[in-house]
Amino acid sequence: MRAFTATTGAAVPLLEDDINTDAISPIQLARSLKPDYRRMLFMRTRWQADGTPDPAHVLNQPHFADPAILVTGENFGCGSSREAAVWALQANGFSCLVAKSFNDQFRENCLQNGVLAITLPEALYAELVARVVAANGAPFTADLRTQTISGPGGEPIAFAVPEAERLVLLEGLDDIGLTVRHMAQIEAWEARMAESAPWLQSAVDRRG
Amino acid sequence: MAEISGKKTLFEKIWDAHFVAERLDGREIIYMDRTMVHELHGPKAFEKLRKAGRRVRRPDLTFAVQDHTIATRRGRDDTTNPEGTPFLRAQRAGAVEFGFRIFDVDDPEQGISHVIGPELGMVLPGATHCVPDSHAATVGALGALSFGCGTTELEHVLATQVLAMKRPKTMRIRLEGRLGRHVTAKDVALHIIGTLGVSGANGHAVEYAGPVVEAMGIEARMTLCNLTVEMGGRTGFVAPDETAFAWLEGRPFAPIGEDWARALETWRMLRSDEDAVFDADIVIDCSDLAPQVTWGTNPGQVTGVGGLVPATQGDEALDKALGYMDISPGARLEGLKVDRVFIGSCTNGRIPDLEEAAAIVRGRKVAQGVIAMISPGSTIVKREAEALGLDRVFIEAGFEWAESACSMCAGGNGDRGRPGERVVSTTNRNFEGRQGPGVRTHLVSPAMAAAAAVTGVITDVRKLEEA
Ligand code: SF4
Repeated sequence: MRAFTATTGAAVPLLEDDINTDAISPIQLARSLKPDYRRMLFMRTRWQADGTPDPAHVLNQPHFADPAILVTGENFGCGSSREAAVWALQANGFSCLVAKSFNDQFRENCLQNGVLAITLPEALYAELVARVVAANGAPFTADLRTQTISGPGGEPIAFAVPEAERLVLLEGLDDIGLTVRHMAQIEAWEARMAESAPWLQSAVDRRG
Repeated sequence: MAEISGKKTLFEKIWDAHFVAERLDGREIIYMDRTMVHELHGPKAFEKLRKAGRRVRRPDLTFAVQDHTIATRRGRDDTTNPEGTPFLRAQRAGAVEFGFRIFDVDDPEQGISHVIGPELGMVLPGATHCVPDSHAATVGALGALSFGCGTTELEHVLATQVLAMKRPKTMRIRLEGRLGRHVTAKDVALHIIGTLGVSGANGHAVEYAGPVVEAMGIEARMTLCNLTVEMGGRTGFVAPDETAFAWLEGRPFAPIGEDWARALETWRMLRSDEDAVFDADIVIDCSDLAPQVTWGTNPGQVTGVGGLVPATQGDEALDKALGYMDISPGARLEGLKVDRVFIGSCTNGRIPDLEEAAAIVRGRKVAQGVIAMISPGSTIVKREAEALGLDRVFIEAGFEWAESACSMCAGGNGDRGRPGERVVSTTNRNFEGRQGPGVRTHLVSPAMAAAAAVTGVITDVRKLEEA
């Protein structure tokens, strides 16, 4: 898995609540086995009918041409569990997201792909939003080693991440590898279950 | 992991029974008894497995379906929806290569994963399930814990047969009272989301309980559980009871003979302990509930059919939602003109759903200018409905009676509305553009969808019948 230590670039304010994964990465474009994740991001609102960028969209503004951090509202990533939402964000340079809150499954998908998803206490969140809006594209840095976001307009802002997640992100630990260490326990569980609840360990069509 | 008091919720009982180990990163390894893979996400996971040189560890517990991109047209094949062709073929190739059973395009048991799993008896009380689709919780109706997952997690479960998860919090929603005529599980579910909000159950495993749930048939419970994810719930379920056991008995993959008797004994103990403590315990009275209609662009933006949409009073998000939906703030929903009606999906594509719709449609015609379509949730449902003569009712009224697929739920198979159309739909998401760019979706129950189809406007089904 991709490791995350730090990222630097424009912090983009997208200050809406309940942005769902259909909006982040519309399924219409996902219907290719090799989709263009870069173009997919916010597909429906970012491009005009003729395929050219809509200048009104925050991501199309020149000072946000090199983004790294997305700052957004409540319940970001709700809706479908599609991981393409994370891949589309990554393809556009985002590896750190700051929100009031995240949808659970979406946050899991972030973690699986080395994307840092941060929530901040209300006052710090408000401060960050104000600074990001004022900075208008000037770079911010999110650093997982020091657990701070720094940039114009004030002191670095500290954020908290569960220690275990920090470890996974910093080391880029392979998720399957972490589980495979427990293979003997998995096999033991199966053996136990084959005795106590055999119907769980066998899925056969009994019509023959 | 054990509760200090010894009192456990049903969720904790099933979770703990499937707990294998705690990982280095603090996640809990939870065994998955069954995995169901659909073709929109399967091929990507297969590719990752190949790249890493991994096998599917338990192909005997893994099943593949073709539902998201498959066309609904009669005589369909891989190429009927050209955009789906590479997915359908890559899915088939994966099933052959990794050695698990696929319910393919032409299989007599083809259907939406969340519909065929229970229907074939693959879903069992007290079992765990994993599907790379957020509506996995549908099958919680039988007392199973079912988890939606992303593509990377899918690769993980295929390679190991376990998921590494954080333990969700527990929530119980007790549904009190009795449902009025033509008020269904869909209305209850939409009302719950409207009450708790679209993130109201974020991170929770939701147990539905109370007299309203106990009175529901299994299919209705599936509708209820299906919508759990629309309020952010990690999974949703109902404690299995005699209704569930009777429903399951004799299904193809269900245990038989001595195993069945043993299983029943175990399953009868599957309930939350009397004094178990939930992280959130909520009571909702359903007695005065009206059929629900969503008016906005998320499932929580909902009201009873007689209600008014909110006066937005400068609220930007509401203004935006209503602007997209082309409804004036403070307006009535009843009487809004409808262009298209869709009945189906894993939310409302089972026999009782079709029966409820048929009861309204019988002897009536689809209103002029309305395109109405039904795609049963599975090919088995389709055959059963035909045996019951429901197809005739719909076809004679002017509905299109289509093959089974996800169809207009996500438009992934080419079935979509046209920009600007107002669609009344029994599906689960009314997001902007979900049913096609610019399409305006209203979520309702099957009976309400049928009422809209035959009147051409959003209609209170209860009035229609009395007319
Ligand atoms: S019917 Fe809709 S929600 Fe259900 S599995 Fe298909 S796309 Fe997903």
